[in-house]
Amino acid sequence: MVLIISRVVIVLLLSQERCTILYLKRNKLTMELTKDEELALKGEKGETLEMAYRILVATGEATNADRLVPIRWAHISGVNYNTIGDAGEEFLSDLSQHAKVQVKTTLNPMGYDIDNVSEYDIGEDFIEKQESIRRSYERIGVIPSFSCIPYEIYDLPEKGTQVSFAESNAAIYANSIAHLKTNKESAFSALASALTGKSPYSDLRKNDKPNLTIRMKLENPDELTFGLLGFFAGKIADDSVTISGTKELDKRSCKSLCGGMGTSGTCGKFVLNNEESGSEKVDFDDKEFQKTFDELNTTDTGDLITLGSPQLGLEEIADLAAMLKGKNFKKRCMVFCPRAVQEQARKLGYYNEVKRAGCEILCDCCTCLTPLIDKKNVDAVTTNSIKGAYYLKNSNGVGVNLKPIRKIIEEETK
Amino acid sequence: MTWKVIVKGKAKGKIMKTKDPINFLGAVDKKSGIIRDELHDRFQQSIKDTILVFPHGIGSSVGAYTIYSLKSNNSAPKAMICQKSDLTVASGCALANIPMITASKEQYDSLKDGQKINLDTDDSAIIFHE
Repeated sequence: MVLIISRVVIVLLLSQERCTILYLKRNKLTMELTKDEELALKGEKGETLEMAYRILVATGEATNADRLVPIRWAHISGVNYNTIGDAGEEFLSDLSQHAKVQVKTTLNPMGYDIDNVSEYDIGEDFIEKQESIRRSYERIGVIPSFSCIPYEIYDLPEKGTQVSFAESNAAIYANSIAHLKTNKESAFSALASALTGKSPYSDLRKNDKPNLTIRMKLENPDELTFGLLGFFAGKIADDSVTISGTKELDKRSCKSLCGGMGTSGTCGKFVLNNEESGSEKVDFDDKEFQKTFDELNTTDTGDLITLGSPQLGLEEIADLAAMLKGKNFKKRCMVFCPRAVQEQARKLGYYNEVKRAGCEILCDCCTCLTPLIDKKNVDAVTTNSIKGAYYLKNSNGVGVNLKPIRKIIEEETK
Repeated sequence: MTWKVIVKGKAKGKIMKTKDPINFLGAVDKKSGIIRDELHDRFQQSIKDTILVFPHGIGSSVGAYTIYSLKSNNSAPKAMICQKSDLTVASGCALANIPMITASKEQYDSLKDGQKINLDTDDSAIIFHE
């Protein structure tokens, strides 16, 4: 044994076991903090800020940031009691006793729509905990938007503005379509951003070029195809990816792509570019389409239909109303949208048209991780959402039947 | 060979090395720590009290709450070692005070499932017990 006087050897001798030691060189911390930030990290500005800076430093180190930058808007996830549970509810309740957000902060969907929750099998305990979460967020100054599509219900800040979006589809949309800059934030990193007005200046906030191009090889792709492309891309891409072979996307396909991509990986940005660049290339062809489809689609038929994960915006509700003219769903169809969109849809008459066709319209919640669908009563769900499919399958534990909206209307209405 | 400390700390335990990345929100039960994604290579196994070695986290930003819940329910790993760090895992570990480091490919490959290790981020070594 090599005789080195160090703590490592002492541990070795005490353990009296044969060991192998892997000596590692540690990278020194790359983040540089201002004096104020250092003080906050040391806890001299209170527990809340100490926690927030601890999160920002860890996430900064994780994403090669050299410093923190100011952000103008935070969008927080971690609202649905179904996902954050008792530990999350208690954490937020404690936090709300003394914390306040420093910038405009909006909020992801929660578990139900309070206007019709009594029509679903949701226990009192769930409602009590969910309301506690709602109150905690309101107490710290968060706008109770309960939407996963903040980019469709708020005016967007000017190009290049640094924001901090936790909802993965919203982060990808912000970077790829809305010309904003955000990390693919986590629930806690976006919360830390809201409490400090800052975020790590990570790779994704800079203008790095993607190192991978995915070539879309399928013709006439619909939103389901784009969702599957997103899911496929998210798995193999790093921080960002170029997608070639596709023209401009409509809103529905674009949101489907963002939702799929956000679910399967860490990729936080796509660039549509048909020019061949020097990056590595991978094809999304019939074979990859089928493989990805088979991973998420588990059955040929569903007991009920869900639309909206990400939630539907006004444009999609208007389009749905048009497609449903003179038609009625043969089975239950749940439609999820933000409250702000529902109010506009009411004024414009789309709400009544969609309702008339037999849809249940729900605000403030989403297909994704909904407690409103339980495997006790539901065997399988038909949806066009890749993001919804992943969580219905893994979290709700129900079967999934994937179909594009055109086919859903064609086959499920009369 | 370099590694990077994302969350400081010490831990001693047995490595559970997964082949697939982990979506904490969809794929891990926040009470028991059992992996419930049937497509995951460690389906039905628990990550509780392990030194969890996995490529990286994926998916929902709310996975950070799952990591915090696991800690609150005493079902969390003792430490995490990733090949690539992501914000969800990093921030979850930061809030829950679970030591987390990222390793270079070579180092990552040298970590074997079932090995007992001592990890101390203030030190310059990981010790494998054979």
